Amino acid sequence: MTSLLATEDLTIRFGGLTAVDGFCLKVHEGELFGLIGPNGAGKTTVFNMLTGVYLPSEGTVHCDGRLVNGMNPVQVARLGVSRTFQNIRLFDELSVLENAMTGAHQHSKINLFDSLFRTPRHYREEKRQRDIAYRLLEFMGLEDRAGLAAKQLPYGHRRKLEIARALATEPKLICLDEPAAGMNTGEKAELSALIRKIRDELKVTVLLIEHDMKLVMGICERIQVLDYGKTIALGTPKEIQNDPKVIEAYLGGE
Amino acid sequence: MGRMIGILVVSLAVVLGVNWFLDSYIDQYVVRVINMCGISIILAVSLNVINGLCGQFSLGHAGFMAIGAYVSAWFTTTLRYFDEAQAKYVAIEPMFSSQWGFVPALIVGGIAAAIAGAVVGIPTLRLKGDYLAIATLGFGEIVTIMITNFETIGGANGLPGLPAYSNTFWIFAFVVIVVMFSWYLQRSTFGRALIAIRENELAAEVMGISASRMKVMAFIYGAFFAGIAGGLLGHLLQTISPATFNFMKSIEVVVMLVLGGLGSMTGAIVGAIVLTALPEALRDVESEIGLVGVRMVAYALVLILLMIFRPQGIFGQKELSLKLLGRLIPGRKSGNAGGEE
Ligand SMILES: Nc1ncnc2c1ncn2[C@@H]1O[C@H](COP(=O)(O)OP(=O)(O)OP(=O)(O)O)[C@@H](O)[C@H]1O
Ligand SMILES: [Mg+2]
Repeated sequence: MTSLLATEDLTIRFGGLTAVDGFCLKVHEGELFGLIGPNGAGKTTVFNMLTGVYLPSEGTVHCDGRLVNGMNPVQVARLGVSRTFQNIRLFDELSVLENAMTGAHQHSKINLFDSLFRTPRHYREEKRQRDIAYRLLEFMGLEDRAGLAAKQLPYGHRRKLEIARALATEPKLICLDEPAAGMNTGEKAELSALIRKIRDELKVTVLLIEHDMKLVMGICERIQVLDYGKTIALGTPKEIQNDPKVIEAYLGGE
Repeated sequence: MGRMIGILVVSLAVVLGVNWFLDSYIDQYVVRVINMCGISIILAVSLNVINGLCGQFSLGHAGFMAIGAYVSAWFTTTLRYFDEAQAKYVAIEPMFSSQWGFVPALIVGGIAAAIAGAVVGIPTLRLKGDYLAIATLGFGEIVTIMITNFETIGGANGLPGLPAYSNTFWIFAFVVIVVMFSWYLQRSTFGRALIAIRENELAAEVMGISASRMKVMAFIYGAFFAGIAGGLLGHLLQTISPATFNFMKSIEVVVMLVLGGLGSMTGAIVGAIVLTALPEALRDVESEIGLVGVRMVAYALVLILLMIFRPQGIFGQKELSLKLLGRLIPGRKSGNAGGEE
């Protein structure tokens, strides 16, 4: 199997702190891959390096065979990597539908004059974006909220909208940063079904950070565990659950 | 596109009619205030794209106006310079010497301002908030200093003798154009991208929206119409000087936006009209009660009260729509489900 995403000895330092240290990751195409670890382990920092937000101090990131580090977030997005944020970052003043439409912006081929002069290309582009956005809102179960301002959404829906927006970029890989945080049990069950559907129906590879062990163990095929920036385990959910180092990290860590 | 042309033609016909009416029946002083309101609307609506939609706090609008005013004047006005050899002033005849040259001159002025917009936009990409405000303020000052030191266009004394080409028709023709374009811009993928950058720049970039490209685009767009407004103002006042375009002018436009509600085009229009017409209305009150200076006190008071009771501006970020009107009219129940807090 080919790996869609591969990192080699990825390291980043903030002053004296080595937040991620020699991190190697291989995510195969079509996989549902989990990245877990105690608080402050460096998981979000890995996402930031994967998406061009942080420049690694050392090491490389390859996606689809192309070198990613050195690219800015916009270029990484074009390459087909999208993500959500641990601390939700929606466009609050835009409507739910418009939020999802912004994901489709990057594939638009029109220029400013098309929109200012309302050419047929403008209307075609609006329709294209609206169709994609609606389809994904429907997919995430948000279609009857389309007209609300994003800031009016309750918490669980905000997380879902972020996923819809990321999917609207039509990515090959989606990185979800604690999508279940703050959700109740029912919402979590619904979410894990949705994440599976993202991979099975939309054929998008999923890289998932999540603290809820039941959710991660339930849906991921492989899991990698980070602690203090270093990989301490990699394997199937079963292997991870019984790994003494992982148990130690979680019990001794907090 | 057909609809757009339709709206444009109808609006311009209306503007033409209004122009004729004002010229024939209304006091010239009132017409002048109306014209100044029109220029303010162009300024406020164009600045709203930079400050309101894209969230880039720019204080450079007066600088763009100055460029538009002087460049368009260059094409329409007889310039004089002192020729050392002949020891006398020599006149340079204008390139466009009839009314027909006015719009081309305005557009060239707008393009020059737009180029300046790109030149300012690119280096200031790394700056945010207060730093951007200071850098754009600096840009405006540089423009006025350069004009001050340029004798052919009048230097510090100003440039007199601009032909009186501006009138209600041309001013409001451009009001129609800027309002229509800005509305279309706001309701397009570019408008959503600008708002996305304002709301959360990192998330916008991760979605593949290039913040730097969009910001430069906003600056170019805003600067173009500021340049047009500068040209219209120049040919209305007929004398322009660097002092016409000092930083107070930029601040005035920002205040219009803040009053109306940053990010709302309707707000920008209302803010522009209120802050242009109010001082004139208060001028009458002032002479009536014989207390000079009351005008500025009242003006300040309005702003302070607004900041206390409605810091988001009159319109917030909303646009005037029938739905909003319905909610404002007492006794009429609003049938809007999404609006409740
Ligand atoms: N920009 C930064 N500057 C300095 N330190 C940083 C920065 N970003 C992250 N860190 C540090 O890197 C370490 C890893 O942080 P990170 O957010 O990646 O952890 P995490 O695994 O996502 O934790 P959590 O489960 O709490 O989200 C932390 O000690 C954090 O303080
Ligand atoms: Mg994190």
